[in-house]
Amino acid sequence: MSGVRVLVGTRKGAFVLTADGKRDRWAVSGPHFPGWEIYHVKGSPADQDRLYASQSSSWFGQVIQRSDDGGLTWEPVGNDFSYQGQTGTHQWYDGTPHPWEFARVWHLEPALDDPDVVYAGVEDAGLFRSDDGGKHWQELPGLRGHGSGPSWQPGAGGMCLHTILLDPATAGRIFTAISAAGAFRSDDAGQTWQPVNRGLRSEGIPDGDAEVGHCVHRLAMHPSRPSVLYMQKHWDVMRSDDAGESWREISGDLPTDFGFPIDVHAHEPETVYVVPITSDSHHFPPEGKLRVYRSRTGGDEWEPLTRGLPQEHCYVNVLRDAMAVDALDSCGIYFGTTGGQVYASPDAGDSWTPIVRDLPAVLSVEVQTLS
Amino acid sequence: MTGDADAAGMALVRVALPAHLRTLARIGGQVELQVAVPVTQRSVLEALEASYPMLRGTIRDQRTGRRRAFIRFFACERDLSHEQPDAPLPGAVAAGTEPYLIVGAMAGG
Repeated sequence: MSGVRVLVGTRKGAFVLTADGKRDRWAVSGPHFPGWEIYHVKGSPADQDRLYASQSSSWFGQVIQRSDDGGLTWEPVGNDFSYQGQTGTHQWYDGTPHPWEFARVWHLEPALDDPDVVYAGVEDAGLFRSDDGGKHWQELPGLRGHGSGPSWQPGAGGMCLHTILLDPATAGRIFTAISAAGAFRSDDAGQTWQPVNRGLRSEGIPDGDAEVGHCVHRLAMHPSRPSVLYMQKHWDVMRSDDAGESWREISGDLPTDFGFPIDVHAHEPETVYVVPITSDSHHFPPEGKLRVYRSRTGGDEWEPLTRGLPQEHCYVNVLRDAMAVDALDSCGIYFGTTGGQVYASPDAGDSWTPIVRDLPAVLSVEVQTLS
Repeated sequence: MTGDADAAGMALVRVALPAHLRTLARIGGQVELQVAVPVTQRSVLEALEASYPMLRGTIRDQRTGRRRAFIRFFACERDLSHEQPDAPLPGAVAAGTEPYLIVGAMAGG
């Protein structure tokens, strides 16, 4: 029988939650790597037993862990993320040049067809690739060095490369997103890059047509239609129908268009999910009501999803990598909160249940649909 | 032989790690390492990382060798964190009678 495995990264360790296809009874394993920040855990689409985890701490730096048995056991692999060539500078908060300094891996993206190939998005923003299961990492320096890098600035959470989307239809096409630089696309497997931010408007940038400098929080794509991208920006929910060449706002009737995660239904490319957050100064849901919003029209028209979610006194946040979907016939939606809850909906968002509720603050949620 | 440098110019050095690094390296107590003499902080850390490669980068930068900011090195009731990496360690560390302590800075949260 098919099932699901939910991979949860938190401020104090990783957790693996499993259930059968009904998704009503959950087994929780963890904490794995207790006491360490786990920014991201993700499984290989080519081998469901191959998992990668980003483990880090301010004391001991970065560790990458790999599991070859679905998270039962783990082995540390390579953790040398050295930028290639001249390190160069980006802008610091005060506008002065600041050397690129590696801090941590925010996001791990295993390749679609080879479990030994995996990409890492890091802070300070850069993209790395491993071809040997995480033992060795090589920067793809064309992103950091494509020209606009010296003008990039960190967001409040650091200058992080947090989103990596691998296009399943166009060989060599990769999308990334960086806070606070924007979205970027490569059409040659990461060798060269171009900013793809036309149509974004950000109040913090004086030039309305700025090529970079946008605080993109998250990108999402449906694999059947990879030229359509959805974006949760700092403010504004956006959509591109031409692989990022241009963007238009689809915030529509959302109560607020600030937020972090965005994701797409596994079987309906026009069904999109966001979690509106009050504002950039109030990182909690409006009115203390935790509501996921769903659009079945590819944006503009949104409906609140509240059944099973707290509708009073709720002041958690949902971070950018903390939402995911499964691919079962009735698509499951999952998200984790900074209050330590992981909510699941086995019916595409109509109803929600906390499948675990007292974890450390959740940094990331990924789901594997198991065969 | 234990304690003093042997005829091949090696010393047996005891190293104590913070709990998180013991877990990462899957060791219980102190580590005993064969270290070439003269015993220095650099030679101890190189021997440690050779025996436990998963510790590379967790104590000092992999490329520059610079100590991570929230790590301290103690021995014989002295803070050696700011000593030169190639300065000889106290004789009691080289003799194996006192451990070389790798310490994580205290912090809450």
